[in-house]
Amino acid sequence: MSIIKIENLHKTYNETQVPVHAVRGIDLEFQEGEFTAIVGPSGCGKTTFLNMVGGLDKPSEGTVIIEGKDIALLSSRQLIDYRLQNIGFVFQSYNLIPVLTAGENIAFIMELQGKSKKERTERVKDLLEQVGIGEKIDVRPGQLSGGQQQRVAVARALASKPRFILADEPTANLDSKATEELLDMMAEMNRKYNITFVFSTHDQRVINRAERLITLTDGQVTEDISIDR
Amino acid sequence: MIIQISWKNVWRNKARSLVIMSAITIGLFGGIFSYAVMLGGTMQRLDSAIKNETANLQLHNPAYLLEDDIKNSIENPQEYIQFIEQLPEVQGISDRLKSTAMISTAYGSSGVILNGVYPEKEIKTTRLFESITDGEYLLENDQIPIVIGDKLAKKLNADVGDKLILSAPSIDGEVAYGAYILKGIYDTQNDMFDGMQAFIKKGDLAELVGIEENTTSEIAISLFDTELSDEFTAKLSDKFLSKIENKSIVIRTWKEIDPLIGMMVDNMSYFGWLFVVIILIALIFGIINTMLMVVLERVREIGMLMAIGMNKIRVFAMIMWETVFLSITGGIIGMLFSLGFITYFKTYGMDFSMIAEGMNSLGFSSVIYPEAPLSFYFEVSIMIVITAILASIYPALKALKLHPAEAVRE
Ligand SMILES: Nc1ncnc2c1ncn2[C@@H]1O[C@H](COP(=O)(O)OP(=O)(O)O)[C@@H](O)[C@H]1O
Ligand SMILES: [Mg+2]
Repeated sequence: MSIIKIENLHKTYNETQVPVHAVRGIDLEFQEGEFTAIVGPSGCGKTTFLNMVGGLDKPSEGTVIIEGKDIALLSSRQLIDYRLQNIGFVFQSYNLIPVLTAGENIAFIMELQGKSKKERTERVKDLLEQVGIGEKIDVRPGQLSGGQQQRVAVARALASKPRFILADEPTANLDSKATEELLDMMAEMNRKYNITFVFSTHDQRVINRAERLITLTDGQVTEDISIDR
Repeated sequence: MIIQISWKNVWRNKARSLVIMSAITIGLFGGIFSYAVMLGGTMQRLDSAIKNETANLQLHNPAYLLEDDIKNSIENPQEYIQFIEQLPEVQGISDRLKSTAMISTAYGSSGVILNGVYPEKEIKTTRLFESITDGEYLLENDQIPIVIGDKLAKKLNADVGDKLILSAPSIDGEVAYGAYILKGIYDTQNDMFDGMQAFIKKGDLAELVGIEENTTSEIAISLFDTELSDEFTAKLSDKFLSKIENKSIVIRTWKEIDPLIGMMVDNMSYFGWLFVVIILIALIFGIINTMLMVVLERVREIGMLMAIGMNKIRVFAMIMWETVFLSITGGIIGMLFSLGFITYFKTYGMDFSMIAEGMNSLGFSSVIYPEAPLSFYFEVSIMIVITAILASIYPALKALKLHPAEAVRE
């Protein structure tokens, strides 16, 4: 069974009376352990698509089925809890709580999940080491570079032990070295723990890393290829 | 951890938080301190009224209250005096003969209320003798002594040892004259009292107006414990019920004798509340405004938190705690300031002598010792917390309205 199944997904924004068809009929499936990039130029609908998959936004039409379950059937309260337990999020920026240290940011999501203090402490340390910034545990986001901040965000996404991680242009604000490093790290996590990643980008360097490449054009899938690496 | 985040968030924009905290600090300090000054002044006024003037309760012939004529005296005063003076609550009892009179020196004259008292009884009942600033209080053995207030002494240009002439209506309708030696001058800091009341021996007054010495216009009673005034009055009223019913006696506490003071004392705590509530209402808008700015600034962050799985209750709690911390920090500093200033001035007094003239003419002393009961601080603390929670509702609801998808997109 596929972990995510998307059927006939549509999103029309209708704010100023002029409807914007951001997503126009997407059908896709994602399997466990995939490392998928959604690519396409700015405005093609990547963020809109990921937001619907992550339950942050409601489709105008179509369904998002996660592990056999239509998420549209969840109440808004259930949906928040569903996201907390099952989906890891990494955004382009503003991923972290600025007043908390890197370690506390990661511990926070586990606390929301109700994990014990002992488990939190151990896992935070472990995760930060995994993403390669173990020494930054007591540093606040403001003191970290953009790349380091995104690493903390990935560690935070992993911390909740989600079914999959959605990352919307995680490297958009990074220089090329940091981009490479972040992707290496994400790919490693994917390999090591078989964690499913779906991330969006319009960055060629990122595209080269993906095992599956889905190209969006004007809200539609125009290409869907698997690359054996 | 939400509480921890909220506390840390308070200090994200230090300047802004300090501004609103200072506003709360200053507002509360202003409210609490002015209340303490008012309360202190009132309690001193009360204290002085009880000590110097009214004592705890008084007995009169009801007719005397309508017309303070010497003829409206208490029937058979000894019956009351003998019963009351043996009661354990009673510190002192003083039977007085009172008459209006003219007092004059070569320099000027003035209308006064003459109090004919037994000095040793009066000393046990009121503490006017402690307010003597020049000369001495009456003694039973003195020859025709008189004691007056400083306000009156100034008006008459009279010094201790001077001879004062009194003229009062005698019982047979004539005007009686007498000369008295000024024995002492008192200053109670209540101009009304100090300008109006003169004291001579009861026997001297009885002789002047040609009446029996036993005649009594007023019986003043002081108790060991002022708090017992009402209870004790009720007890006496019970005992002399038939006398009250046939209108031969009326028993009143200091509250009834000086209703303005009674009202002030009874309502003072409402004034305190009113002060603080008005100030808090003003502050609540500042707090709401600050917290709205906070929510506006953190749209993305709050959106991110909602996206990763922070539910509405927690978002609400986060904003609410931040508001509470912001408010109570200012509140605590404000209260500490108040406590500090009040404690200091409670010992050393606040000197209002610059406006003493005005204060004294209202019956207030020129040095005020502010005071506020501990329970008041406690009540104010609760009010601050309530204010903070109220102030947090609107900004927190604003935060809840955020749509995570749109918030993270901004
Ligand atoms: N809230 C919105 N209201 C109206 N139009 C929107 C809104 N969000 C996005 N759009 C439009 O939808 C289209 C897709 O946007 P988006 O999903 O952000 O694309 P991408 O992430 O690929 O840049 C764009 O034309 C964008 O202007
Ligand atoms: Mg986008």
